[in-house]
Amino acid sequence: MARGTILIDEDRCKGCELCTTVCPFDLVHIANHFNAKGYRPSTLVDPQGKCTGCTLCARMCPDVAIIVYREGA
Amino acid sequence: MERKAVFANPEALTDDLTHYCPGCTHGIVHRLIAEVIDELEIREITIGIAPVGCAVLAYNYFNLDFAEAAHGRAPAMATGLKRVQPDKVVFTYQGDGDLAAIGTAEIVHAASRGENITAIFINNAIYGMTGGQMAPTTLPGQVTTSTPFGRDVKLAGYPLRVAELIATTSGAAYVVRRMVTKPATIASAKKAIKLAFQAQRAELGFSLVEILSSCPTNWGLSPLEALEWVEESMAAYYPLGDYKVIDEVKSLR
Repeated sequence: MARGTILIDEDRCKGCELCTTVCPFDLVHIANHFNAKGYRPSTLVDPQGKCTGCTLCARMCPDVAIIVYREGA
Repeated sequence: MERKAVFANPEALTDDLTHYCPGCTHGIVHRLIAEVIDELEIREITIGIAPVGCAVLAYNYFNLDFAEAAHGRAPAMATGLKRVQPDKVVFTYQGDGDLAAIGTAEIVHAASRGENITAIFINNAIYGMTGGQMAPTTLPGQVTTSTPFGRDVKLAGYPLRVAELIATTSGAAYVVRRMVTKPATIASAKKAIKLAFQAQRAELGFSLVEILSSCPTNWGLSPLEALEWVEESMAAYYPLGDYKVIDEVKSLR
C-alpha cells in the first residue's frame, strides 16, 4: 500500500474534529495544546507509519488545513 | 523515496483563513467549487456572486472575479453579468436566508427564464449570520432563537423545499440536492457541482445544486453532532436526489 503522510497547518485548524472520525487507521487526533487562535488543533499520531495518504481527513476539513503527501506518487 | 502533495489548497481558493465557525460546512463547499473550477480550467473566466448571509465575504476566499449582490438578488445580478458576457461562467453562492426568503422571487424567475447560470444553494435550516433565527427552511419543531418552543407550523407555516420547487420550472436544466457529511457524500456533491458548471458551459439552461449544510453554532451542537443531525433530521425532510436532469445534461456525465 502506498505510504503517505499529512501536514496539518495548525494555525489554520479550528479544532472542529471532523477529520478525526474518518481516518481508516484512527491516526488523526486532537492535540492537547492550543494554537495561535486558541483552538486545540488536530494532529497526526502515526508512530508506525500507517498513513497511506488516502486524503479522507483532508476532504472533511472545512478549512483546507491538511496537505496530503504520498511517497512515489 | 520522493514525496508528492496529492491534496492541497486549490488554485481557485485564496490562502485566507475563512471567518466561518469551526466545523461549518461552508468551507467544504467553497473547496468543492474551487476544485471543480480548477479541474474545468475556468478560473480566468468565472464570475461568482456572493450573497448576504454568512457567505457574504466569500469574495475574499475565492481566487477569481466576484461581485456582491444585494440581499437575495444574486440571481438577478448573475442574469445581467451572464447576458452581457455570455462567454463567462457565472455562479451564485447563496444561503437559505438569501435564496429561500428574501430572494425567492429572483431564484424562481431566473430558473423560469432558463437563465444560463448556476446557483449553489446552501441550506442549513436557520439564519446563521444574524444569530440563529427561524428561516423558511427551518424544520417543523426545530428550536431557534425566534422559535424557542420549536417551529409551530400552524403559526409559522411549513419549510420550503427549494430543489423540488425549482425543478418544476421549464427553464431549469439540472436541479439536485446533496449533502456534505462524510467523504462519500462530499464526493457526490462535488460531482453535482461539476455537472452544473458543465451544463452551463454547454448552454443548457439554469442549474441549481442544493447542499444540506450544518450550523453547529446556532443549532447548539458540536460539529460532529451537527453532521449527524443533517443526515438524520434534515435529509428526512429534504430528501437527497436528482429532481430535474434534462437529457442533454445526462449525456454530459
